[in-house]
Amino acid sequence: MTRRFTWFNATSLTFGFVFLYLPILLLMIYSFNESKLVTVWAGFSTKWYGELARNEAMLSAAWVTLRVAFMTATLATILGTMAAWVLVRYGRFRGRTLFSGMIYAPLVMPEVITGLSLLLLFIAMSIERGLYTVVIAHTTFAMCYVAVVVSSRLVSFDTSLEEAALDLGCTPADAFFSVTLPIIAPSVIAGWLLAFTLSLDDLVIASFTTGPGATTLPIKIYSAVRLGVSPEINALSTILITLVAVGVIVASVLEKRWWSRRSG
Amino acid sequence: MNFRRALIIGLPYFWLLVFFLAPFLIVLKISLSDTAIAQPPYTPILDLSAGWQGIKDFVGGLDLESFTWLLQDSLYINAFLSSLKIAFISTFLTFLVGFPIAYGMARAPQGIRPLLVMAIILPFWTSFLIRVYAWIGILRTEGLLNQFLLWTGLISEPLQVMNTNIAVYIGIVYSYLPFMVLPIYSTLEKMDDSLLEAAIDLGCSRLKAFWLITLPLAAPGVIAGCFLVFIPAMGEFVIPDLLGGSSTLMMGKTLWIEFFSNRDWPVASAVAIILLLTLVVPIVLFQRQLERQQEASR
Repeated sequence: MTRRFTWFNATSLTFGFVFLYLPILLLMIYSFNESKLVTVWAGFSTKWYGELARNEAMLSAAWVTLRVAFMTATLATILGTMAAWVLVRYGRFRGRTLFSGMIYAPLVMPEVITGLSLLLLFIAMSIERGLYTVVIAHTTFAMCYVAVVVSSRLVSFDTSLEEAALDLGCTPADAFFSVTLPIIAPSVIAGWLLAFTLSLDDLVIASFTTGPGATTLPIKIYSAVRLGVSPEINALSTILITLVAVGVIVASVLEKRWWSRRSG
Repeated sequence: MNFRRALIIGLPYFWLLVFFLAPFLIVLKISLSDTAIAQPPYTPILDLSAGWQGIKDFVGGLDLESFTWLLQDSLYINAFLSSLKIAFISTFLTFLVGFPIAYGMARAPQGIRPLLVMAIILPFWTSFLIRVYAWIGILRTEGLLNQFLLWTGLISEPLQVMNTNIAVYIGIVYSYLPFMVLPIYSTLEKMDDSLLEAAIDLGCSRLKAFWLITLPLAAPGVIAGCFLVFIPAMGEFVIPDLLGGSSTLMMGKTLWIEFFSNRDWPVASAVAIILLLTLVVPIVLFQRQLERQQEASR
């Protein structure tokens, strides 16, 4: 066997994962610190979580963020799945190169550029900025992530199932909703979740495209962080990280069940 | 049938044209305009109601003033060069850190590989801002790293890491590590082991076999990973702003300051255009790479 797991592999994995997880772990531990000084341990306390629950501004920002993320994820999943379909199924058509370019470019485009350019567009079109402009901005980059996730599943999709449904008298729409969609559903759900968390996390694009009354959580966190580390931010971060981690793990377990049920 | 096809292509196409491509044209236009103390703070504004004269005034009002301004002030040139340097060095560092991890993952027993992939992806799902924030508590002068090093007796004075370029490198490597590890892992995982066996049978040492076979075969993954790190790092704002000091200049930060603090929209747009022009080549190359991979997996 040439594919051996050596001590070198083991050490690099250990160091790698310690590097990835230790900072997050420390951040979480210090959210339970009694002291206001974040890096001096003064005993266990959950008082910062209490403070957080009384912080009206943070709570309303969290509500704005959740609404934006929900709308973004839903819109981005619809548009992104359509885009994936176009990329995988429609072969060549006029303007395909431009289309795939516009799908892949936002994945790596620096956020400051996307943010600035969208803001200038909204101003040029004299659209009032607020919650919905953030949704539009987030949908634009999130749909590209959805397209990539869904198209990687569509590529390996066995089209004969769909053809069978069509032969048996399904309309194309029927065939899509009763045959194709159930099969690609895990990747569509994964795309939705990805779009949701991307929107939840975004600071830069939201800062550019938001308006009065639509302050999102990352904008709030950022302005607090600029003033220095505070245990309240640690507490908030701990809650967010736990929620996302639990969500991702549950989703992946469900996906595994889904596959084993289908193949079993 | 054709109507449906047109709708499925048309809807996402239209969305991206309006909200992704068109905005760049506006940025270009504003970068060629003059700063004004008005709302919006730039002239000229295209006034179509004035007919042909309006268009003539508009075109006549465009000039390269913002760009000459950028070239004359060494601050912007330094920001550009420093962005390039920071992006290059941190991409290389991410590769150095990421490759052994990807390699280790590909060698791990098959059963635990999905778990390892999950463990690499998980931090990517959690907030970028929070992960950068976590490093502030570690790197500060009175932070955990210095406390630990002072306690071990390795240093007698706290190290000044926070607000330096080193902190920015650490931040970029940390935040972008999954983007480097995953593409490399996916090429290494698919690698045909019999090639290595053959090389060793033919008298290669393990190290030489790694150098001659594993590394070249991993190249597509390494290239994809480097693009995924380099391009966004070039325009990074959050990391240099929170971890770097006032001496850390980067294009993303410059753009942000011009826009939000100086309210100079034409200069901010010009910075965006220059950043975009710098990144066009890597972005196109990255796209080619992605399409080639998609063709190959078909």
